[in-house]
Amino acid sequence: MGMTFAEKLLSKKADLSHVKPGDVVIVEPDRVLSHDNAAAIIRLFKSIGVEKVWAPEKVVIVLDHAVPAPTDKHANNHKEIREFVAEQGIQYFYDVNSDGGVCHQVFCEEGFALPSHLILGSDSHTCTYGAFGVFATGIGRSEMAGVWALGQIWLRVPESIKIEVVGEFPKGVYAKDLILRIIGDLGADGADYKSVEFTGGAIRNMSISERMTLCNMVIEMGAKNGFIEPDAKTISYLQSIAKGRFEIIKPDEDASYEKVLTYELSELEPLVAKPHNVDNVSPVKDVAGLKIDQALIGTCTNGRLDDLEIAASILGGKKIAKGVRLIVIPASWRVYREALRRGIVETLVEAGAVIAPPGCGPCMGNHLGILAPGEVCISTANRNFKGRMGNPDSEIYLASPATVAASALKGVITDPREVL
Amino acid sequence: MIIKGRVWKYGDDINTDVIFPGKYTYTVLEPSEMAKHALEDLDPSFAKEARPGDIIVAGKNFGCGSSREQAATCLKALGIGAVVAKSFARIFYRNAINQGLLVIQCPELFEFVVNGEEIKIDVDKGEIHTLGGKVFRFSPLPEFVRRIIDDGGLIPHLRKRFKER
Repeated sequence: MGMTFAEKLLSKKADLSHVKPGDVVIVEPDRVLSHDNAAAIIRLFKSIGVEKVWAPEKVVIVLDHAVPAPTDKHANNHKEIREFVAEQGIQYFYDVNSDGGVCHQVFCEEGFALPSHLILGSDSHTCTYGAFGVFATGIGRSEMAGVWALGQIWLRVPESIKIEVVGEFPKGVYAKDLILRIIGDLGADGADYKSVEFTGGAIRNMSISERMTLCNMVIEMGAKNGFIEPDAKTISYLQSIAKGRFEIIKPDEDASYEKVLTYELSELEPLVAKPHNVDNVSPVKDVAGLKIDQALIGTCTNGRLDDLEIAASILGGKKIAKGVRLIVIPASWRVYREALRRGIVETLVEAGAVIAPPGCGPCMGNHLGILAPGEVCISTANRNFKGRMGNPDSEIYLASPATVAASALKGVITDPREVL
Repeated sequence: MIIKGRVWKYGDDINTDVIFPGKYTYTVLEPSEMAKHALEDLDPSFAKEARPGDIIVAGKNFGCGSSREQAATCLKALGIGAVVAKSFARIFYRNAINQGLLVIQCPELFEFVVNGEEIKIDVDKGEIHTLGGKVFRFSPLPEFVRRIIDDGGLIPHLRKRFKER
């Protein structure tokens, strides 16, 4: 019997010839990622009684959750991290400057997300790197402190689900709509503990950015990791930036899956996830006309160049509706610079957008666009839980950048096909 | 180990944002302070009225969402005896173990308990006893997981391990 990607990778890392779902393996990660929560991890790490992290060159830290620091507490957090990084000789540290951005975007742009690698991050959206054929999953703070000390973690070998995607996107439909459709169908726990492999011609046709959007959101159906087989696009993306060696690990053709699903892109339409759960998915047309107060384009899900470009193509030469705040946060400074060069930033600003510095911004309620009671926000982020953007009496709708831009233009939730 | 406490019953997909709001992640740092915000956006009465030993009984996928460990830390600091759910989201499940918070998967219990009822959990026997005399069984935790919980969480567990070296 062949092995799935997760089985093959974990057996290799654990130095075993074969593993099956349910087995527990002890493995060493190739790299680990933390963000602003590194400060809390540092405190836990120090309390274990170990002097040095197990491998400083394997530790990557990117400040992104609240940058630049909005309060003295955040500032102190950042300071503790800077001191620790210097003391431990951690070279891959991305501070608050124009090399940084959202940790997952920076991690990929800097060539850390390498095929066949095992990556752990103290952030649930670490699963994004599956877009590069990485086995990447999120862990908590204590666990990361333990990994820094030991260089080891126990992982349960997951069951796998295969999702084959065929066909072509109709006008106004994007990778975000596809992943919302899948989460809506499987439910918030539909892939709990499992590895989700995306395959099929439509996946091959997708850009790296679109693949990242898909893998980013597998956690919203409970998955441990996502996986897309690396191809020529992956290799070309990594060619000049890869920080380390890698190989290609593919699932065997006779691997056994708990479930195999097929999606035909031509059957999709623009979708939203309605408050307050990501699996509460409806066609945009069912909520069209609902008044919005704020629109957010950014985050690790949809803050890349192609996302900003789609928004600019909808908003170019126009003005957003009166009474709507459009906040645009490029996912990284690299994205920001390129958007400046191409005139995308100017187009968005002329349309009325406020551009915020790359980082997570208001996505989990830290700063730069917190909602007031009773307000409605449409966002390209990945979560719409109650209180997520800082106020439990507000409502968040999740959608593609095109739907968010179209909605900002009209002041009400709008099907992007009306304005494209 | 025997845990006895009142039931706080909640539904499916209780996410980490309503257990411990994201806006507090970098400003509320002490576990005792975190406890004051436990389940704040789901049930504001919970943190004020829950007593040590009380037990959360929930539906499927408890703890879905963020990797924020404070979702487990705040419940532990409040003295919650255990969370019994139909199923758990994986990062929360690991975080709970690492915080020394007992998490029990027992899908059958949910329908047979009411809010406020006192139930008893016999951890060693793997049994939950309801007020009405019903007994529900759950699979005991693997030995290495039980050791982490018994040591009070992963950090005290590792501290012990490194001391022994």
